[in-house]
Amino acid sequence: MEKVVFERTKGLTDIPMRYCPGCGHGVVHRLVAECFMELGVQEKTIGIGPVGCSVFADEYFNVDMIQGAHGRGPAIATGIKRCLPDRLVFSYQGDGDLASIGAAEMLHSAMRSENITIIFINNAIYGMTGGQMAPTTLLGMKSTTSPSGRTVAANGYPIRVCELLSAMEGPIYLERVSVDKPAAVVKAKKAIKRAFEYQLEGRGFTLVEILSQCPTDWHMTPLQAIEKIRKDLIPYYPLGIYREPQDDKRAKPKKVAVEKES
Amino acid sequence: MYQGIIMSGFGGQGIISGGIMLAYAGMIEGKNVTFFPAYGAEMRGGTANCSVVVSSDPVASPVVGSPDSLLIMNEPSLARFEDSLKPDGLMIINSSLVNSRSTRTDITAIEIPVSDLAEEVGNIKTANMVILGAYAKKTGAVSIDALKNSIAKVYLRASESMVELNKKAIDKGAEAVS
Amino acid sequence: MAERTLMKGNEAVAEGAVRAGCRFFAGYPITPQNEIPEYMSWRLPEEGGTFIQAESEVAAINMLFGASSVGTRVMTSSSSPGISLKQEGISYCATAELPIFYTNVVRGGPGLGNIAPSQGDYFQATRGGGHGDYRVIVFAPKTVEEMANFPRICYELAFKYRIPTMVLADGILGQMMEPVTFDFDPIDPSVFKTPDWALRGSKPEERRVIKSYDLRPGKMEQWNFRLEKKYDEIREKEPRYEAVNIDDADIILTGYGTAARVCESVMALGRKDGLKIGYVRPITLWPFPKSIFKELGEKVEKFFVVEMSLGQYIEDVKLSLNGKSEIYLHKRPAGGIPTGEEVLELTRKILSGDKLKLVA
Repeated sequence: MEKVVFERTKGLTDIPMRYCPGCGHGVVHRLVAECFMELGVQEKTIGIGPVGCSVFADEYFNVDMIQGAHGRGPAIATGIKRCLPDRLVFSYQGDGDLASIGAAEMLHSAMRSENITIIFINNAIYGMTGGQMAPTTLLGMKSTTSPSGRTVAANGYPIRVCELLSAMEGPIYLERVSVDKPAAVVKAKKAIKRAFEYQLEGRGFTLVEILSQCPTDWHMTPLQAIEKIRKDLIPYYPLGIYREPQDDKRAKPKKVAVEKES
Repeated sequence: MYQGIIMSGFGGQGIISGGIMLAYAGMIEGKNVTFFPAYGAEMRGGTANCSVVVSSDPVASPVVGSPDSLLIMNEPSLARFEDSLKPDGLMIINSSLVNSRSTRTDITAIEIPVSDLAEEVGNIKTANMVILGAYAKKTGAVSIDALKNSIAKVYLRASESMVELNKKAIDKGAEAVS
Repeated sequence: MAERTLMKGNEAVAEGAVRAGCRFFAGYPITPQNEIPEYMSWRLPEEGGTFIQAESEVAAINMLFGASSVGTRVMTSSSSPGISLKQEGISYCATAELPIFYTNVVRGGPGLGNIAPSQGDYFQATRGGGHGDYRVIVFAPKTVEEMANFPRICYELAFKYRIPTMVLADGILGQMMEPVTFDFDPIDPSVFKTPDWALRGSKPEERRVIKSYDLRPGKMEQWNFRLEKKYDEIREKEPRYEAVNIDDADIILTGYGTAARVCESVMALGRKDGLKIGYVRPITLWPFPKSIFKELGEKVEKFFVVEMSLGQYIEDVKLSLNGKSEIYLHKRPAGGIPTGEEVLELTRKILSGDKLKLVA
């Protein structure tokens, strides 16, 4: 007897994705789509596409989509969500989009705890424009605008988005995941689904950061790129949950480092 | 008929609300009116002034460069606006707070102890009403009744007794120039 | 509805927008338009709408991009430097054909300039403003009452043509108080059908996409031509203007907004002295009311342009007259406000043959 163990989610359109071989975007697209399908909210989901490699997101996600200006996803999501509060609204953004040009929108949508979800692809490089330095490019890493490798003196330190946002009161759920192996992909999907669930519960700002490989602009084979994720990216960008609602049974009890004075 | 008026004094003397009342009174009498405040950086630092135009014709610009009338509530306002007053113009000076006298000989200057009269009425905050009452009585640009009818329209949260007090202050100012 | 009240221009345009169905406002403080967001911050919640003080003008315009993409009547406002920051977003809205409404309460520029009234943003407003080939419909009120009543027309045109619309005011129109009577009853936007194009969340087969890009060869060119067709229709159908005493005029005074008030009063003063002055003012700056100028150019020898900028508005007058008449210019940039006296004096000189202010 035949048993279907895997099929393409209906949350994606039939349009073939034009991502490079070994790129993480395709996997994450699938996970996002599977999540809104499994939650049964395809018909009330609105997605926001970024500027960057995933600029074509509006062609791939099989839901209402809007494609906005570079970095402004959280502002656009804010406008949509405030008008249609019962919809699932996600903003799909890369590292340049979110942590560089759109840093203000990221911080302030988090500050307001807008009830939206940001899917943040961190591949430490500008892909679409041809491999320039990103705010998350690691020290020593070469790019077309840091040809001898990123240095502190010239470029400063890479931004850790989850750590940065976890210093704020607004975010409800922050998790960093990767898609370098099947187990990690399963974990990434869980994180995205949790973020969507919290949004549907009306809890507030959620963000899932996904460390993703870019073989083309890292000038590597896909396997080498996956190796780099494990060897270089994860040590600098530790995986894990940085914020979660404490009243959710899935939450690990928070260690309180300093007793607050009453 | 055209009257360009500048009212000027300290922040807190009711300059802005006084100007709005003057414009409101003109409006309910069917005149063309504009009110224009000094705004932004200019309004920081203690002095407040505004321009009001009351006219039988449409008002070209609400900015009054050469006023027909000046309502001077404090000392710095006299120095600042004295020269701009049109020849034959009217200047009403709050002599309670202004020690200097106008040096212009081609204008009419009336000195009234506006702040003292307001205290006599029962509240120093009604000083703006006193000077408006004097102005209305002197020029007839707006009527005393129109001024009184504007109080509740401009001071939306004013109690009945506060409205009455302001009416008294308007009368007090009118009496001072009778 | 017919009650006459004394309102500040900034509050009038805000109230006018709310009455015209605006239910979403995002903005950032900047003088001299702060009363608009301040007013919206308490007024919109009264109507079940949303007010957001955004982190920047850039964020504000993109919040509008999102909110209008679902069919909401939206508004933002700013003053010159802030409107410059919004231009990228306005370009996106124009391309994605989103019906946003915004107000520029112009201040003196360039640069940080000052906070005084100015008309220095005429080119920016009437030539699109941001990158790419696009236009927005621009209304130029001259009174607080028009500030109050133009938002309704702006929303109607914005939704009819799916185009951004704006009110171009200045520090005087924003800050001054004048009597206002609203010429329309408050509109409840829930009576409007959700536009077909609006995002809602939908069945896959009815999936909607709003975007402002097309990278396929030739497609963006087609898109531009499609927009142009719409712009041509607007150019033909929507110009609005006011023209007074034009039949026997020896000279036409023209300006828009605050400068138009001055022209109008100079006309009245001059007529009392027997000067045959006519007056024309565009109510829409884009589409520009070319035809009235073209028509008058055939019979009036002299045109006198008054503007609070260094010769921006005059370019549209020149293009419309196309060399038919003498054009004179009086310019007062960045806080200079032409007075009736100076304009009347200049008008007399021009009528008596003085060529000092002749520019074309």
